[in-house]
Amino acid sequence: MGIITAKNLIYEYLRRDDEGNVCGKTRAVDCVDVDVRPGEFISILGHNGSGKSTLAKHINAILSPTEGEVCVDGLNTADPANTWEVRQRAGMVFQNPDNQIIGQLVEEDVGFGPENLGVPTPEIWERVNESLRLLGMLDFRMRSPNKLSGGQKQRVSIAGVLAMHPKCIILDEPTAMLDPNGRKEVIRAARALNDVEKITIVLITHYMEETIYSDKIIVMDKGHVAMQGTPKEIFSQVEKLQELRLNVPQVTLLAHELKKQGMPIPDCVLTRKELREAIKDAFKS
Amino acid sequence: MIREITIGQYYDAESVIHRLDPRVKLVATLVYIISIFLVDNPVGYAFVAAFMIVMVGLSGVPVRYIVKGLRPIMIILFITVLFNMLLTPGRVLLSFWKINVTWEGIRIGFTMALRLVLLITGTSLMTLTTTPNNLTDAMERLLRPLTRLHVPVHEIAMMMSIALRFIPILLEETDIIMKAQMARGADFENGDLIKRAKALVPILVPLFISAFRRANDLAMAMEARCYRGGEGRTKMKPLVYARRDYVSYAITWCFLAGCVLIRIFL
Repeated sequence: MGIITAKNLIYEYLRRDDEGNVCGKTRAVDCVDVDVRPGEFISILGHNGSGKSTLAKHINAILSPTEGEVCVDGLNTADPANTWEVRQRAGMVFQNPDNQIIGQLVEEDVGFGPENLGVPTPEIWERVNESLRLLGMLDFRMRSPNKLSGGQKQRVSIAGVLAMHPKCIILDEPTAMLDPNGRKEVIRAARALNDVEKITIVLITHYMEETIYSDKIIVMDKGHVAMQGTPKEIFSQVEKLQELRLNVPQVTLLAHELKKQGMPIPDCVLTRKELREAIKDAFKS
Repeated sequence: MIREITIGQYYDAESVIHRLDPRVKLVATLVYIISIFLVDNPVGYAFVAAFMIVMVGLSGVPVRYIVKGLRPIMIILFITVLFNMLLTPGRVLLSFWKINVTWEGIRIGFTMALRLVLLITGTSLMTLTTTPNNLTDAMERLLRPLTRLHVPVHEIAMMMSIALRFIPILLEETDIIMKAQMARGADFENGDLIKRAKALVPILVPLFISAFRRANDLAMAMEARCYRGGEGRTKMKPLVYARRDYVSYAITWCFLAGCVLIRIFL
């Protein structure tokens, strides 16, 4: 039994015209089945409007399924009695770093979650220290969040979720508003939490480069799961990815093109190092 | 320009006043405000002013900081003195055309000005030595009895601290929107008052829309972190009185008693 399971998940919302009259239904998520095992690092890929964020909001009980069901750690998210328990177990980090930091100091923001859970004061401090340490933000604890860079703000947000001691963390496009350095920073932090703390991570993104280290990738398109598999399996289907309007990482694309031109290069190359080795081997033989 | 507003600014220093419990400072400031309007003779004003000067001395805040805080009210002070001087009936001191300057007018004018100066310096001393966060905490704690009357005290305090957190963000956003509108030919500097006021509309509309969007995001983020109002919430930094706080309370009440005595006997 997985930590996050979605069975036949459907989410519909009503479209309204300018006067507010209902003029149709849109299926943002259509018959999606997902099964995430504890400790996994899952990436959900998709271009804008593919339903990936809607799916994420179901895991945190922000949205309720129209049909089907989502369970987190065995708790049905549709049951209002489970809402807070679900949110504690599955923490969520959002896209805009400015709009999710509540505290006026870094440490106060990290303490916000535990405060809401009713954790006793001394333990709040322990949790805050531990979370800030794990994300390398201890030196910034007395700073105002407004004075941090985007990547640092997102690390604070992750620390804030971590202080609630969740079993899994859902990152909903955490890097979409960051510069390349900030992006690397956040992904590195997420991987470290997965490696060291064994926290299940669900990363939602449209940057393929960020997904190459995940255990499993789910590609979404028009509310459906279009592809599912390990990074190697997914990235070897370059044509199909391009069909889904996703930007294949440059390294993989280059390897793919070289192979098409007849160079003996293995099927799926994800990192620069792999490509370098592959090209060396190709010249040797 | 907007960044120069000093209201609620915090001056970071290590001093007795900084370390006091914010509740004490809040209560003391209230008592101080009452005392300003309680005293009515020179000895009383001297007493209040002396108290004020000692407090500033203890706080470690440079005097020029406090004087800077007075600058925005200069015009109000001037108008207060002028109108009182000209419009109070009484013994005429100077007279030209239909306007009379009276002794009583000068006296009342300057008394009012002195009261205003004392008021502003005293309250700004509180905000200079207390972080906004501490202040909202203190307010929440002091107003807690009102929850019995169904006043949403926790919610109000939460709203205030969120507002404080978003002021710099919204200021920055205003800057960006202004520049964006200027790039499209908007003119904020020329024209009469009405024209300038109208020019603000293309700033305010996008600013409001984005503020609502932010509020929506923030509400979702807070709920995702299990925020469900004040009930069952614990505090990371609970307010606890120390000995110096009790001493300060005692000093505050003595000060008030002093003012009452001066008013009655002098």
